[in-house]
Amino acid sequence: MANHNIEEQVGIPWGIAFTVSWSGLKRRFMRSLITMAGVILAIAFLAYMLISDKIVVALVAAKDDELNDLLQKSNVDIFASSGTDSMMLLLIGLSLLTCLVGIINSMLMAVTERVKEIGTLKCLGALDSFIVKTYFIESSLQGVIGTITGIILGLAVAVGIALINYGTYTFSYLPLNGIVISMLIALVIGSGISVFAAIGPAYLAARKQPVEAMRVEE
Amino acid sequence: MSDFIITAKDVTKVYVMGEEEVHALRGISMNVKRGEYVSIMGPSGSGKSTFFNMIGGLDTPTAGEVTMEGYKLSELNNRQLAWVRCHKIGFIFQGFNLIPAMTALENVAISRIFAGVAPDQARRDAAAVLEKVGLGHRLDHLPSEVSGGQQQRIAIARALVNRPAIILADEPTGNLDLKTGQEIINLLNEMKRELDITIISATHDMKMLSASDTVAWIKDGAIERLASKGEFEIEVGSIDGQTVV
Repeated sequence: MANHNIEEQVGIPWGIAFTVSWSGLKRRFMRSLITMAGVILAIAFLAYMLISDKIVVALVAAKDDELNDLLQKSNVDIFASSGTDSMMLLLIGLSLLTCLVGIINSMLMAVTERVKEIGTLKCLGALDSFIVKTYFIESSLQGVIGTITGIILGLAVAVGIALINYGTYTFSYLPLNGIVISMLIALVIGSGISVFAAIGPAYLAARKQPVEAMRVEE
Repeated sequence: MSDFIITAKDVTKVYVMGEEEVHALRGISMNVKRGEYVSIMGPSGSGKSTFFNMIGGLDTPTAGEVTMEGYKLSELNNRQLAWVRCHKIGFIFQGFNLIPAMTALENVAISRIFAGVAPDQARRDAAAVLEKVGLGHRLDHLPSEVSGGQQQRIAIARALVNRPAIILADEPTGNLDLKTGQEIINLLNEMKRELDITIISATHDMKMLSASDTVAWIKDGAIERLASKGEFEIEVGSIDGQTVV
């Protein structure tokens, strides 16, 4: 009867999905910025705590009398091995948790807002996998960009405060290795949280049906 | 049999809402010939939209069968249905449904990309179709930067870019003024003749009647009246006199 067969739709490669997500992200820049703000603040806090701890430890290790005076003036216990106590760890943990919930929340909102868009894409032939990819990339990108910005901000604040408290000693004993390691830790934690937060909303988005495209907003 | 691109046989849809059964469709049978322009008319709540969605494979009947080019839609898996939507059907919506974050060109090209075409070629194809619907000068505009009529033209270009056999248009003139609506109907008709496509349109726009080969009136989930050109033309004349200036 029919002179051709119905085929199975082929998936879209990650590279193309990335291009689609990236250009969408740029055009919704203000919206993305709000999502990113949460990540930036949480990661800046984490990076600040890690880096300033490294700086203080390096300054204490210098065993300079004049510097020890300055350290004690800023309430540093020069006999302790590290300034980070369990209270600080708790605070960092809480801020990261808030960041995780924030990303999930804003991505869920993005899915709800764009239900019709998802339905339309499916009417055009998009497979679930394409929807998963684009939402996953969008959320992860926001998280990773936010993380990098947060790390730079945290570094700037940590060095800035050290400069105020300890003046040029900061640069004399700047623990470059420790700072780089701290930044990498923050990068791994921030990106990890963002990517993890992206999974749920992406799958939720893919479950939306093509018939949603027909919805008329009253 | 092979003359018909779409056949609907005893299509029934029952929604169960709590204890109550709602009969949205009560056994609709209808055949659509290749190259035909069919309008489905009916008030909201008539089952018109439900039937329309079944033809596009967006909804499945409780009983009965819809076939497209001889294939039963209910027997297709999700990937095959996506392939049908991509290659066989071009959707046009009342609210245009363009992706707000994509330019006119990207909105059309994405449809081509879903068909497996490389991005560069997709953009060239998209530009060619946009040119054809008269929007060659609006390629890089976002939907929010063009008028409603132009948005619907972008949507038509998007629906046509994969050379579908069928255009499914859901109230395509519903959000447009009389003149722009008429222009959209003319464009659809022009494309239908040029590309030999079948158009099925859900509408309550009387202007669309004069363009149609067949009109099906749906009421309470059943076809109340089925008329082909000639049978309803006189009627249209009188309606035209009242509504169209």
